[in-house]
Amino acid sequence: MAAVDIAVPGGNRALTPISPPKRRLSWQTWGVIMLAPYVLVFLVFVLYPVSYGLWLARHPASYQTLFDDPVFFRTVVNTIVFLLVAVNVKFMLALFLSGFFVHERAWIRWLSVIFIIPWAVPAIPTIFSIRFMLNPEWGLINSVIFRLTAQDGPNWLNNPSLALTMAMVVHIWKALPFWTLILMAGRLAIPRELYEASSVDGASAWQKFKFVTWPSIRTLYLTSTLLSMIWTLGDFNSVYLLTGGGPADLTHVLATLGIRYIRLDQVDQAMATIVVALPFVLPLVYFMMKRLSANE
Amino acid sequence: MNRYWREARLWLVAIPVLLWTLLPIYHIFLFSISTKDSAFSGALWPDHPTLRNFGTVFRQEHFYLHHFWEQIWNSLWIACAVGVLTLFIATCAAFAISRIKVRGGRTVMNAALFTYFIPAAFLAVPMYKAMGTYGLLNSRWSLVLAMVTLASPYAIWVLKQASDKLPWELDEAARIDGATPLQLFRLVYLPLMTPSLVAIGTYALLLAWNEYLYAFLLLSHENTIPLAVGLGHFLASDDSPWELLMATALIYAAPPAAIYYAFRRYMVGGLTAGAVKS
Repeated sequence: MAAVDIAVPGGNRALTPISPPKRRLSWQTWGVIMLAPYVLVFLVFVLYPVSYGLWLARHPASYQTLFDDPVFFRTVVNTIVFLLVAVNVKFMLALFLSGFFVHERAWIRWLSVIFIIPWAVPAIPTIFSIRFMLNPEWGLINSVIFRLTAQDGPNWLNNPSLALTMAMVVHIWKALPFWTLILMAGRLAIPRELYEASSVDGASAWQKFKFVTWPSIRTLYLTSTLLSMIWTLGDFNSVYLLTGGGPADLTHVLATLGIRYIRLDQVDQAMATIVVALPFVLPLVYFMMKRLSANE
Repeated sequence: MNRYWREARLWLVAIPVLLWTLLPIYHIFLFSISTKDSAFSGALWPDHPTLRNFGTVFRQEHFYLHHFWEQIWNSLWIACAVGVLTLFIATCAAFAISRIKVRGGRTVMNAALFTYFIPAAFLAVPMYKAMGTYGLLNSRWSLVLAMVTLASPYAIWVLKQASDKLPWELDEAARIDGATPLQLFRLVYLPLMTPSLVAIGTYALLLAWNEYLYAFLLLSHENTIPLAVGLGHFLASDDSPWELLMATALIYAAPPAAIYYAFRRYMVGGLTAGAVKS
């Protein structure tokens, strides 16, 4: 019995304690010691900064200035548009593509490996690359448009609505692979028998989706959408690295506006910007935490 | 006929997906092997592909590149420090919560999850202010500690999920044999958790290497900034050498992509499983 052979030497060694049992630290004490590093990190780099930040944001005057800033209203509208449009388009695409990637073909497996690249590489190189592609004079996109139609393409990043749309495209390009993977995992967990049974009953592809796939992954889809909304709210890169908030500060979202105030050395203002978003963020965070705890 | 149509439909999806995914990547590559003139001509392939841009970058022969090697070293140093620290903190915490079942573990787990769900860009503002108070601004440690703060909640969550699945009999056997918690941790727990540990270490390392926002907020000194911030400096003027920027960007993006693909086996299973549970 190999298992016993291995177990005995270890057991013997452990049976001869070096120090008397009384002097040993209890299991609970060790638990506290091992938990301490993270608790320390949390207190020093989350709890204290957040409390301090909220304390800085206590002046009503900060909010007055914030609401009077013409950029702020535009930013709120941009943020809402960004959240509703980008997240939903991203998830519809992810839902569709997850259905594509579950097909069992060798070449589709290879394609899925390539498809992950946007998520695996850092944000800066790719966003800069897209930024140059969109350059109105020498960018790749407008060169192709000129070659095909003999007309000048649009000035992508100088038009606020176009620029915000492009920021959403960048966001979707970057985040789509991750959510496609998640939904794919959801689809793969559905028992095959359900599809076989519905085939026997003569169900169409749409009926299979409606009565088998969707009921099985609906919860996952909705949870993921909410989680993605929270994270998209904090997507600084897609906007800042593409448009820098321009032209004329018309494409800011809350995440970039907060950082803009920091760069202008108005930290109270920056905190106020974030506090304004909290009534929206905290319920979502609370909901997500309940969901994860419910799974234990 | 029907079968051909079904295959054709798959290809009809595959080709746009491939173009969509690879176009920005190809564009980086295209710029990095183009001379300045051909980069700005909008050509799909340069007339005279060249590797000279990479030579210029490696020899630091441009104003924006004077600190290239120093910045890449900073990136590497920060990423490794974050990987090691996160791994240490998260493994200990997950062991204490999941195996020792320490009192208050649940509260700590909730606090960690709360941090995980708060958008990183929102936490950046108070974090910046606090780092100023601690006198850490412009020290590489500020970025390391900030990234450890961001990476550990998810790390603890994933490791706790993984360690909850280990058979409880192991702990009981060890306790009966009189093992100390440290012996259980070192001899039983760590070897069994190795795949998850690899995934989490890689996750933290990549997160830190790729980070831009925190890096550019917390570090501004020429000698402390990582390559990500150095790349951002190229945007300071309109006539920047984009072909050099793209060559540098390719060098910057290659290591994380390579590491990701090398550890993909661990990453996909280990990370997406814990990310969202239905």
